[in-house]
Amino acid sequence: MEALEVVKLSKSFGGLHAVRDVSFRVMQGERMAIIGPNGAGKTTLFQLISGMLTPSGGSVFAFGTDITKLPPNRRAGIGIGRTFQITQLFMNLTVLENVVLALEALHKMRFNLLRPLSSYRQLLAQAEDILKRWGMLDRRDTMARNLSYGEQRQLEIILTLSQNRSILLLDEPTCGLSPEEARSFVSMIRDLPRTITILIIDHDIDVTFEIAEKVMVLHFGAVIAYGPSEEVKVNPRVQDIYMGSQ
Amino acid sequence: MNKSAYLTSFILVVILALLPLVLRPYHTGLLTLILIFSIFAMSLDILQGYTGLSSLGHAAFLGTAAYVAAILNVKVFNGCNFGIELTAGVVSAAAMAAILGLIVLRSRGVYFLMILLASSMMLWGIAFKWRKVTGGDDGLSGISRPDLSFIGFDLGATTDFYYFVLFFFVCSTILIYMVVRSAFGHTLVGIRESELRMHSLGYDIWLHKYIAFIVAAIFAGVAGVLMAYYNRFVSPSELHLVTSVEALIMVILGGAGTLFGPAIGAGIVILVKTFVSGYTEHWMIILGIVYIASVMFAPQGVYKIFQEQLRKGLFAWKLSKS
Repeated sequence: MEALEVVKLSKSFGGLHAVRDVSFRVMQGERMAIIGPNGAGKTTLFQLISGMLTPSGGSVFAFGTDITKLPPNRRAGIGIGRTFQITQLFMNLTVLENVVLALEALHKMRFNLLRPLSSYRQLLAQAEDILKRWGMLDRRDTMARNLSYGEQRQLEIILTLSQNRSILLLDEPTCGLSPEEARSFVSMIRDLPRTITILIIDHDIDVTFEIAEKVMVLHFGAVIAYGPSEEVKVNPRVQDIYMGSQ
Repeated sequence: MNKSAYLTSFILVVILALLPLVLRPYHTGLLTLILIFSIFAMSLDILQGYTGLSSLGHAAFLGTAAYVAAILNVKVFNGCNFGIELTAGVVSAAAMAAILGLIVLRSRGVYFLMILLASSMMLWGIAFKWRKVTGGDDGLSGISRPDLSFIGFDLGATTDFYYFVLFFFVCSTILIYMVVRSAFGHTLVGIRESELRMHSLGYDIWLHKYIAFIVAAIFAGVAGVLMAYYNRFVSPSELHLVTSVEALIMVILGGAGTLFGPAIGAGIVILVKTFVSGYTEHWMIILGIVYIASVMFAPQGVYKIFQEQLRKGLFAWKLSKS
């Protein structure tokens, strides 16, 4: 089953064509990487898929539904979760409260005006469980703004993963992580069930190829190569762009 | 809230209940006004402090409720029909928020601020011009206060009216506390901290803001109805920008995003206004200086400093005991 289908997607900002005529399909459970030099339109593509930007042309389908015009929250409901390249946390809330907000989004309780949050024991326990799994339980009462940069990046990813969305868009998830942290992140992602579809943008080529079996290369907003990682690696145009022409 | 916080709140209420016994009627009246403005400021804090929506049009809801209650009181019932007036006042404030919210919540930041400001001044214009119903700039006078003689209260008396307002102050405070501590209240703080993240987590931010907007208007409406009875008079100034600005200053001065901060801010603003205006009509200058000083030296508000000192004091006291 196709998890995500992008058809002739374009986005221009004035005269700048950030994304042009990008089309691809991702099957459920596939892991795909999007690579390309800075300014290639990778993040813009993610913005278009997650609904933060509306496309100038083309459409996006998730599980067969046309989501091109849906706002980000509705897309989340359909199953799209994303992380941000620039950390987006609830800085003046504790680590636990951050995770609770991610979980609360999935429950009707978010509209309960009278029952105190602290009385939702099950939800709080679930949030603690998640922190424990990620080795952040000892930071549960720390304000997000007081975390180290690496920890903030980690929380950034935890927030998205804790929602168990079926399509994950990971925008530079290992940026700023130490090599060990990046390694534990990779094994975490590899352990995710194969029902989850993953699109990842990362500058770390090792991370990219360890997670993804398919790679799409963007250059000036257009797709110049798309296919199994092994093929893309040896594609002469890709080598041109990355190594410079000889 | 832990035990000591419950105890502190309880002691505060007891002190508020005992104050009229030592105060002169004039000061009791002033305290009544402070309590009414506290409800108003706390309601604004739901938007300003918790949701991160700066509003310069909150007087719209105070004024709508005050006018609706006053019109019913003076023109329809020719006397006080408290239950109906309170309900109608609060419901109309909520309805006003429901209508304005559809328009203003489409925008953000400064645009939100300006559109709401303009809308609220339009209401002011209506109150000013629609002489037949609102009395125009003469306002509506001769509002009678509720009759609670069946429980031995004479609301014409300053002290009895004070207790009447105190009752609503305590109820409103408890309800607002429940809202900001609720699961819903948590989502409001999330919106304040990062709209982008909330959106991508799947929250319909617009809907959450909309509900917060209406809830805030409900409590502003309670304050508005009480204000009408307190003054026995309503005038367009209830709807004016100055009233909105005063409320915003109360919130920021006292401490946005805290429960009691706005109440403390209301106390400071009203005391400055009352005592300084006795000496000079330029009392706004003094208030301005107080405001600038607080932003410079206590950007988090007076309440946070007070809390900090209390914590240090308690800590020192515990140290000396051990």
